[in-house]
Amino acid sequence: MSEQSLLEIRGLEVVFDGFKALGGVDLTVAAGELRFLIGPNGAGKTTLIDVITGLTRPAAGTVRFAGTELAGRPEHKIVRLGIGRTFQTSVVFEELTVVENLDLAAGFRRPLPTLLRQRRGVSDEVAAALDTIGLGDLADRPAGVLSHGQRQWLEIGMLVAQRPRLLLLDEPVAGMSGDERERTGELLTEIARDHTVIVVEHDMEFLRRYASQVTVLHEGRVLVEGDVAAVQSDPRVQEVYLGRTREEAA
Amino acid sequence: MSDRLRGYALFASISLLLLVVAPLALPAFRLDELAKYLCFAIAALGIGLAWGQGGMLTLGQGVFFGLGGYAMAMYLKLHDAGGDLPDFMVWSGVEHLPALWKPFGNVGIALAAVVAVSVAIAVVLGVLVFRQRVRGAYFAILTQALAAAFVILLVGQQGLTGGTNGLTNFYDVFGRDPEAEGTQRTLYFVTAIVLGVLYLGARQLVKSRFGRLLVAVRDGEDRVRFLGYNPATVKTVTFAISAAMAGLAGALFVPVVGIISPSLLGVVPSLELVVAVAVGGRYALAGAVLGAVVMNYAKTSFSEQWAGGWLYLEGALFILVMTLAPKGAVGLYEQARDALARRRGVPAPAPTAPQEVAA
Amino acid sequence: MTTLLNQLPIGLSIGAVLLLIALGLTFTFGQMGVINMAHGEFIMAGAYTAYLLQDWAGSQAVLVALPVAFAVAGALGWVLERTAIRHFYGRPLDTLLLTWGVSLVLQQAARDIFGAPNVQVVAPSWLTGRVEVLGGALPYARLFIMALALACVAGVWLYLDRSRQGRRMRAVVQNRELAAVSGVATGRVDQLTFFIGSGLAGVAGVALTLIGPVGPSLGTYYIVDAFLVVVAGGLGQLRGAVIAAVALGMLNSFAEFWTDASLAKVIVFAVVIGFLQVRPQGLFVLRSRALT
Repeated sequence: MSEQSLLEIRGLEVVFDGFKALGGVDLTVAAGELRFLIGPNGAGKTTLIDVITGLTRPAAGTVRFAGTELAGRPEHKIVRLGIGRTFQTSVVFEELTVVENLDLAAGFRRPLPTLLRQRRGVSDEVAAALDTIGLGDLADRPAGVLSHGQRQWLEIGMLVAQRPRLLLLDEPVAGMSGDERERTGELLTEIARDHTVIVVEHDMEFLRRYASQVTVLHEGRVLVEGDVAAVQSDPRVQEVYLGRTREEAA
Repeated sequence: MSDRLRGYALFASISLLLLVVAPLALPAFRLDELAKYLCFAIAALGIGLAWGQGGMLTLGQGVFFGLGGYAMAMYLKLHDAGGDLPDFMVWSGVEHLPALWKPFGNVGIALAAVVAVSVAIAVVLGVLVFRQRVRGAYFAILTQALAAAFVILLVGQQGLTGGTNGLTNFYDVFGRDPEAEGTQRTLYFVTAIVLGVLYLGARQLVKSRFGRLLVAVRDGEDRVRFLGYNPATVKTVTFAISAAMAGLAGALFVPVVGIISPSLLGVVPSLELVVAVAVGGRYALAGAVLGAVVMNYAKTSFSEQWAGGWLYLEGALFILVMTLAPKGAVGLYEQARDALARRRGVPAPAPTAPQEVAA
Repeated sequence: MTTLLNQLPIGLSIGAVLLLIALGLTFTFGQMGVINMAHGEFIMAGAYTAYLLQDWAGSQAVLVALPVAFAVAGALGWVLERTAIRHFYGRPLDTLLLTWGVSLVLQQAARDIFGAPNVQVVAPSWLTGRVEVLGGALPYARLFIMALALACVAGVWLYLDRSRQGRRMRAVVQNRELAAVSGVATGRVDQLTFFIGSGLAGVAGVALTLIGPVGPSLGTYYIVDAFLVVVAGGLGQLRGAVIAAVALGMLNSFAEFWTDASLAKVIVFAVVIGFLQVRPQGLFVLRSRALT
């Protein structure tokens, strides 16, 4: 593998009850890259993320992260290798405060005995994450009171607090208002400065504004890869994506 | 900080009540009864931890209570027999001391077994079940089946366990006469202090980062994996702690009450412990303790009047609690306190009702 | 060898009874997320129905009782669903505890009405004999129970597979929200499921009168095993329930035969735990992609 590539996927296949969700995907993501993953419904975007994070087992192929094979490892061990993800429907712990949520996310790197002690104050990485997502005012409120957008940001903050080397965001702006999208875009740009990030997104407007490198998936395979302009003008992409599901792309 | 002070003040006043007022005010046999309720409270504390904080509805705590109780009772029987066979074995025609019994002649081994056997079984069950992500109602059903099987085993192995009668008739409890008032008083103090220490320990655990993690596992086990923790480990550890508490409770119960038998340990007694926790308030450890003491007191006093009536009352009470006050007495108290605060114009803290996640 | 052969009808008939009980549990659990501990008392109600009908139908009470017990237990289940359980959908642990309260009350009520001692239901004379097969004895009563369970399963299968109501029910089991927005009156479907499931428990109660005496805590002996059937068979799965019920019934009776009665339950428990290591969600699973 090349010196800079952080994630290398080769010949990845996933089968659900006879249905081939992924049919031989190759994908390479370099360290420091911000990569967008797009494709029509059922293209296999979320499945791909599920395989990387251990939620789904591949039928064939390899997923190597910084030289380590991921396939077959349990989810929490993959997280410990330095891969974090969010979900389409954000899941934060409503009973716990915003700070407690972040503290939990930062926690697995700490030595075991600290687990038995009470949290005193706010640790540096939690403070930094809190600052990044701009929820400082709500730090000690239970996460249950947050709005949909704030929850997504908290989830992204929890990701940052994990200090992962690779972040996977699954449709971070779905269901957000215009202002919230804007704020999320800024957040994404900021995080991408010092992390490797893969974003699954449906929203074309968001894509045009914040993406540079794009991979298009179609029916479980990589269709096109390249920068935004090249991908948008590619006739195959217009055919399968923009052409057929115009209303979705608009 | 005032919350914390209030907590300490409450704990101190309850300690005062249990350690000073009750021993002075109650006659010896009532104190002995209270000691029995405190034993149940210790087991309930474990349920509060596993169920209230960790979301694991364990319907088989009677098993661990029994394992602790039998370990203690086996030691006491061997001690009483003084080298001969325990009385019930003679009656059942057993000729040699079974191998299973032999280690329990040693007080150190017996006391260690009180906790160790319960913990070992909880760990094995926990690892097998939680690793496979079997949870929620499935876990509840399995623990209930364990309780049912355990009791049938105890009843069936007459020569080993004393069968339906269990183990009873202890004449010498650590060098004292168990019927003597002084002994009962001492046992009461021991039980109350063990409860207090375990309560403080459990409280510390709940407030620690582990406690936060446990709540997170309860509310979103799958999400916790993506924070880099293995929920199966968190749950197994917690389940083992609650089993250890039940084991200790059973071990104290034996000298306090003078018997351990299958009828105290099966599906129904295990469920009754859970009922007590629910009535007291499952989300607060104090609620679990309170519920166990009050429900068992109510059961004793009510059953003295009208035995069948207690079941109606217990059933009805439980239906009412589950329907109207799922957070139990502690929940009602908190509601009342918040309502009062609102009337005084202080904004109440935002309600955050833990919702059971569909399994 | 003959004694071993004698175990076979015992195991099969216990499996048949477990199946009748588990059918109701697996569908209420799978469809509504409800764990009904009072289900055991519907068994008891069915058995007492047969007992009461003896005054009127004499030795043919068992036969007359089958439809009546189905209706009585079904009605009890329907009332329980309407008054309490429907407020608890999707909260299985809470329903478990709630219905346990109901179960306590029902058991005590039975004790007050019928007395604590067990009562006996006299089997019709045509069910008291036995037939010799391969040197083993097949009691008619046990054969009758197996045939009864077979008939009930066939009925449930026809209902699920052929009737419009049954298709609605399967739709609700698979995706409640989608069924609701597709115009299925989910509330009505739930009521019917509860009625049928509880009714089958009543039928199981009648069957049990052929094996042993009837008492207020009759249901508690079977409910735990029936829940294990649900766990091993997979939620809301007819095939799973059939296979798991027969397997557990057989395992139970053979374990009792080879070791002794007190160890059998422990063995069954260990086997179920072992089985969950291979199939953690039971024999058959409805797949879904959601992160719960």
